[in-house]
Amino acid sequence: MQNAVPLSWYLILSAILFALGVAGFIFRRNIITVFMSIELMLNAVNLSFLTFSYQFKQVDGHIYSFFVMVVAAAEAAVGLAIILTVFKNRATLMIDEVSSMKY
Amino acid sequence: MNLWLIPILPLLGFLANGLFGRRIPKALINTFAVGSVALSFAWVVKTLLGLSPIETKYIEHYFTWIQSGMLNIGVDFAVDRLTAIMLMVVTGVGTLIHIYAVGYMDHEGGYYRFFAYLNLFMFFMLVLVLAQNYLLLFVGWEGVGLCSYLLIGFYFTEQYATTAGNKAFIVNRIGDFGFSLAVYLIVRQFGTLDFSKVFDAAKGMPAEASVGVLTTITLLLLVGATGKSAQIPLYVWLPDAMAGPTPVSALIHAATMVTAGVYMIARSATLFLKAPITMDTVAVIGLATAFFAATIGMTQMDIKKVYAYSTVSQLGYMFLGVGVGAFSAGIFHLMTHAFFKGLLFLGAGAVIHGLHGEQDMRQMGGLFKHMRITAITLFCASLAISGFPFTSGFFSKDAILVAAYERAPWMYWVGVLTAGMTAFYVFRAWFMTFLGDYRGHGHPHESPLVMTGPLMILAVLSIFGGFIDVPHILEPMFAERAESQGLAWLSAGVGILGILLAILFYVVKRGWADSFTKAIGGLYTLVYNKYFVDEVYDAAVVEPLIEGSRTVLWRGFDAGLIDGTVNGVGRRSRGIGAILRLLQSGNIRSYAGWVVLGSIVLLIAIGFAGGLR
Repeated sequence: MQNAVPLSWYLILSAILFALGVAGFIFRRNIITVFMSIELMLNAVNLSFLTFSYQFKQVDGHIYSFFVMVVAAAEAAVGLAIILTVFKNRATLMIDEVSSMKY
Repeated sequence: MNLWLIPILPLLGFLANGLFGRRIPKALINTFAVGSVALSFAWVVKTLLGLSPIETKYIEHYFTWIQSGMLNIGVDFAVDRLTAIMLMVVTGVGTLIHIYAVGYMDHEGGYYRFFAYLNLFMFFMLVLVLAQNYLLLFVGWEGVGLCSYLLIGFYFTEQYATTAGNKAFIVNRIGDFGFSLAVYLIVRQFGTLDFSKVFDAAKGMPAEASVGVLTTITLLLLVGATGKSAQIPLYVWLPDAMAGPTPVSALIHAATMVTAGVYMIARSATLFLKAPITMDTVAVIGLATAFFAATIGMTQMDIKKVYAYSTVSQLGYMFLGVGVGAFSAGIFHLMTHAFFKGLLFLGAGAVIHGLHGEQDMRQMGGLFKHMRITAITLFCASLAISGFPFTSGFFSKDAILVAAYERAPWMYWVGVLTAGMTAFYVFRAWFMTFLGDYRGHGHPHESPLVMTGPLMILAVLSIFGGFIDVPHILEPMFAERAESQGLAWLSAGVGILGILLAILFYVVKRGWADSFTKAIGGLYTLVYNKYFVDEVYDAAVVEPLIEGSRTVLWRGFDAGLIDGTVNGVGRRSRGIGAILRLLQSGNIRSYAGWVVLGSIVLLIAIGFAGGLR
């Protein structure tokens, strides 16, 4: 294990990716970009799962990351379908303009 | 012996008329109604002939009704000599009155409904009489109360009838409350409600241990009896109950239901005899009721009201009888009273029927030549209730008064005075109705045979019914029996004196009655208005109750507390929702911002709590 990349680096990378995802989610206005930000956050979490899994020599983290991937794939399928429908109906991809679901 | 057939037959009549009465012809309704009761009567006769002489109690067990822990209540019917007399009276007089009602109700609306209720009443009354435990008796007891309510309010489009029905029902609730408490106490004390077991257990109890609890039980039973049998202080419903059709007054409010209290006390004689305080209370209540009701009866102008107060008064006699320990005399008077008071009411009904609904005696007079049979039969009944020698009332009233004399002479003298007043007011009613000149406007006519037939049968029973020696029949059950000829003649003499006074006031010197009432002025007004008891009850109980219900229960508790709580919860929820909905901006990024904020807060909280471990 010597000379390997230290654990903290992985975690820092994961945190940076996650923070980028959050920032993208909050500040971008295009739905597709927002969507990609979500994928980014999911994968950042995957990265930390795998890191810890490798560190503790346990398989749990791998299993969880597979779960997350499945969820991400399903989410991509449903989410893209929603986005397509929204675009067809509203002719826009700007997230602020899709705000009719409120009080 | 299939005792169950006796009550079931009227129940079938009730079901047939109640379910299909609207669609079937009148003749069929009559067949069901009268036929079922007549069959029931026939079955009673057959059963009693089969069982006679009834030396011991004959019990039939059908099924277990309630099985709860040690308590086991069955549906059991039983016949002993007391039940036998009650069965004969109820079904016999009941049959006659059903026949009479066919004629009386001929022109009335709701014909089938009337007979359905009447048959239902017979069912419950027979259950009451046949019951072998207190709970089954209570079923009958409540059932007859229900039918009484339904039949008093039979003319339900009239306000006075429905009010009278409600009054009867509510006043009876007070009595029944006492009764049910007594039943609970019996369960607690004896662990059973079966008559035989309860009485055996009560007999076995030592006097000093039993007197307290038995006095409580019997006093509570007495409360029930005062309600059902219209005694002071719960008698107020019976005069109003005359709002029902006259056959109902005769059957329910004279001959059978109102005597249920007397029957119940006689049935529970074992308990009452071990509670001397209760016995005295019963006697005093009976005597007071007999006396005061008789005074009111002397002043009333409505013919049915006169007989109603007369009923209250005679029930007082029965209470006096059982109260002084002469149970058989009380039951004897119960039977003869069923004959002559049933007849008085049926006769009054015939008069009212012949006058197209007129009940005020001031609008009657001189009816003798128009309705001879009614007049003569009513005369027989009046003689009987006055205790004229060798009529039925003579024997039964005498038996009660002699027993009262042995208990306390002053009770006897008050009873004799009441007997005089009784004779006076029934003959006053008879003279005002049948003699003198006709003061009304309609054309009076005699009733058809279907009505006069029962009148004649009852007249024969009223005159000769006293020769059925009920005290002798009941001797195995109630040992005590007093014999005294001298006292009997004295009370009969006072009765005749009352008749003579009535002749003097209402036949010979017509003006005297009016001048006499003027002379005593205030006292007359007091009695005429029934001592203002209704008004006092209204002011003391009814009004405070209504006012209290309105302000405290309705406006305060229901509208204030309950509605306030429910509405308050609703209003709060809406208020909180109005604030919270502002979060729902529809802007996804604001939601995301909240999520981030929330996560940060959560992380900080975890940090402060010292991590996840």
